[in-house]
Amino acid sequence: MLKTFSIGGVHPPENKISAGSQIVVLPLPKQVSIPIAQHIGAPANAVVTKGDKVKVGQLIAQSNGFVSANIHSSVSGTVASIDPVMDSTGYKRPAITITVEGDEWDETIDRSTDLKEECNLTAEEIIAKVGQAGIVGMGGATFPSQVKLSVPKGKKAEVLIINGVECEPYLTSDHRVMLEKGHELMIGIQILKKALRVDTALIGIENNKPDAISHLSQVATKYSGIEVHALKVQYPQGGEKQLIKALINREVPSGALPIEVGAVVHNVGTAVAVYEAVQKSKPLFERVVTVTGKHLATPSNFLVRIGTPISEVIAAAGGVPENTGKIVNGGPMMGKALSSIDSPVTKGTSGLIAFPAEEAKRKVAQACVRCGKCVSVCPMGLEPYLLNRLSQKKMFERMEHEHVLDCIECGSCSFECPANLPLLDYIRLGKAEVGKIVRARKA
Amino acid sequence: MNKLLAVSPSPHVHSGESVNKLMFNVVLALLPALAVSIYYFGLGAFVVTAIAVVSCLAFEFLIQKYLLKVTPSISDGSALVTGLLLAFNLPSNLPWWIIVIGALVAIGIGKMSFGGLGNNPFNPALVGRVFLLISFPVQMTSWPLPIESRAHYMDALTGATPLALVKEGLKGGQTMSAISEHIPNNMQLLMGSMGGSLGEIAAIALLIGFAWLLFKKVITWHIPVSIFVTIFAFTGILWLIDPAHNADPFFHLLTGGVMLGAIFMATDYVTSPMNPKGMWIFGIGIGALTVIIRVWGAYPEGVSFAILIMNAFVPLINTLVKPKRFGEEVKKNG
Repeated sequence: MLKTFSIGGVHPPENKISAGSQIVVLPLPKQVSIPIAQHIGAPANAVVTKGDKVKVGQLIAQSNGFVSANIHSSVSGTVASIDPVMDSTGYKRPAITITVEGDEWDETIDRSTDLKEECNLTAEEIIAKVGQAGIVGMGGATFPSQVKLSVPKGKKAEVLIINGVECEPYLTSDHRVMLEKGHELMIGIQILKKALRVDTALIGIENNKPDAISHLSQVATKYSGIEVHALKVQYPQGGEKQLIKALINREVPSGALPIEVGAVVHNVGTAVAVYEAVQKSKPLFERVVTVTGKHLATPSNFLVRIGTPISEVIAAAGGVPENTGKIVNGGPMMGKALSSIDSPVTKGTSGLIAFPAEEAKRKVAQACVRCGKCVSVCPMGLEPYLLNRLSQKKMFERMEHEHVLDCIECGSCSFECPANLPLLDYIRLGKAEVGKIVRARKA
Repeated sequence: MNKLLAVSPSPHVHSGESVNKLMFNVVLALLPALAVSIYYFGLGAFVVTAIAVVSCLAFEFLIQKYLLKVTPSISDGSALVTGLLLAFNLPSNLPWWIIVIGALVAIGIGKMSFGGLGNNPFNPALVGRVFLLISFPVQMTSWPLPIESRAHYMDALTGATPLALVKEGLKGGQTMSAISEHIPNNMQLLMGSMGGSLGEIAAIALLIGFAWLLFKKVITWHIPVSIFVTIFAFTGILWLIDPAHNADPFFHLLTGGVMLGAIFMATDYVTSPMNPKGMWIFGIGIGALTVIIRVWGAYPEGVSFAILIMNAFVPLINTLVKPKRFGEEVKKNG
C-alpha cells in the first residue's frame, strides 16, 4: 500500500500532457514587467528609478519587513517605468518595467553549470543568503522561504519534507525539475537541512511520476539522510498538511504551522533555487513554467525570466489555440483565471493552461441534494454544504465554530459536487469575513 | 487574440458527476428487482410501477408549473426514482386510483410542500406508502402470491406475507417450528418467492442493485450495513434466548422491506445524515426500531416506520455528529 493522507481527497483526470517535454530556455523578451508584489507579505520597495541601467540579477526592489522578499532584475537593460500594470490577479499594481538590452549578468553570479557540492556556511549565513536571493515558495504559494527556515524560539525542526507531489492536474514543471536537476536538488536539500539543523529529508512524489521516483532514488544514494517516498495519487496531497500526514503520519493542529509537529516543507523548485542562490550566488529571477492545454500546438516546459509577458510564453508553445475560452495561471484546481495574457510571469507562475471554450464555463447549478460527497472529499474534514449555506446567510460566527478557517481552498468540494454548486466561492467569501472578525478580536 | 477570456474562481475543472447521472444509476440498480417482481407477479407488477412512475412525474410537473410557477425539473430523475420506490412498496394488485393518491401524497406533501428536491425531511415515497397503509389497510395488505397469476392485474390470489404469518402464528400460541411449515425457507426468501410488496421480495436482486450503487459510488456502505448488522444482532440475540418464539436472524433480514428499505430508502440523500458517524447512528436506529415494531408492535413489519422516525432525527444528527476534522487527533509520534 502506497502512503497517502487519510481524510477526503479526489482524483481529477491527470492530463500531464507536457510531462515528456524537456525544459527549454525561452528566448529573451523585448521587455519585462516585474511586479513588486509577487509573494505573500509586504510588497518590496523599489530601489531603482526610471532610466537606471540594470544587470541580470541586480537587486531592484528591497524586502520590506520580516514577511517580504527581495526582487532582482531578470534581464539587463534600462528601467522604462515604475507604474501599475495588470498582474495575474487581475489588479493593477506597481511593477518595474525594463527594456531589454543584451544579456549582461551581475559579475558575482557563477554562470558555470559545474556542480558545487561543498557548502561551508553556517545555518544563519544560509538563511541570510536565501533571503537576499528573494526566494519564495515555488509551488505557487510564494511564501518567503527564509521565514520558513527561521524556526521560532522554543520550536525544533525534526524533519525536512520536500514536496515533489505536483498533485495539480496538467502541471509538470516540478516533474521536469526532478528529472533534469536531480543533483542540484539534492545539494539544495542538504543546504536546507543544514539551515534547519535536521538530519533527515523526505521527498514525497506521487506514483504517476515513476521516472522521477526512480531517478531521484538513485541520485539520493550518493547523499546522506535523503529518502524518496512514492505516494498514492490523490489530490490535494501537495497541501502542506496533507503531505506531512502522508509522509510522517502527523496531523498539524488547527491554526498551527507545520513546525508544531517538527516538520518544515519546501517545494522541489524552491530547493533548486536555494542551491543556485547559496552555491552559485544566483538570485531568483527565472523559473520553470509549464505551458499546456489539450489544443495547444506544443505543450512545453520553459525556463522563463520573471516579468516576461505571459502572451510570449504561450506564443512559444504554439500560440493561443483558436477555441480557447479560459487561461489559467497555476493548476486547474487552485490556479487563477487570467483576464489578460499581457500580465507578466511571476515567481509563483508554475503553469499556464489554455482551456477550450467548452470547458471554460461552469455548468448551471442545481439544488443541493445533500448527497454528502463534499463532506466525504474534504481533506480537512469540514462540511462544505453547511459552510456554503452559512456563508450565504452571513452566519459568520457559526462558520468560525464550524472550522472554516481550516479550509485550504483546494476546491475538492466544488470539483465533486453533482449539483455543480459553487461551494468554494461562498466558503472563500465567508472565510474572508471570518478572518476579518478574528483579526478585529485580536486587535 | 482579441477574444474575451472567461474568468471564474478555482477550481476550473469538474468531476462530471451530476444529479441526473446519480438518479439514473439508482434506476438501473432498481431494475433487477423490478424484473424479479414481474417474473413472480406478472402484469400487475408492471402496471402498478407504470402508474406510480407516471403519476409521480405528472404531479411534480403540474405542481412546479402551475402551483409554484417555476421551471419544472422532472428531468433530474428524482421524481422517477420516487415513483419507482413508491411502486416497490405497494402490492402488485393495488387499484390504480389508490396508487395515484399515493403518488400525490408522496410528491405533493412529501416533497413539494417542503420546497422540492433537497428540502424534504422525510422520504417522499415512504410518506406516500405509509399514508396509503393507514388509509387503505385492507387493499394495502392483500398481497398477491407469486407465480399463480402472471397474466392478471386485479384478480390475483392473495395471502399474507411471511412476516404476518409468523406474527399471527406466535400470537396464536404456535411455536416457530410449527409456523415454519407454512412459510418459505431462507433460500426461497433470498430468491423472492413470497408474498409482499412488489419490489421488496427478491433479496438477491436488491443486493445486486446495492453492489451497483457501491461500484458507481452513488452511496456508501455505511447505512445499509449498519441496518443489516443491527437487525441481525438484535434478532439473533432474541432467537438465541428463545428460538421457539422468535424467528431466526436470516428470516428477519430476508423478509419484508429490510433489503429494499436499507439499500434504497434509508440511503436517500436528502433524508439521511451527511457523514459516516451520523450514518451509523441512523442505521442502528432504523435497525433497532424495525425489530421493536416487528417483535412487540401492532404491525408485522416496521421498516417504513423506522426509516420515517429516523428521518426526523437527521437534522439533529447532522448538528451534533461532526465528521472527523483534520488535526483533531494529534499524533506526536508517527
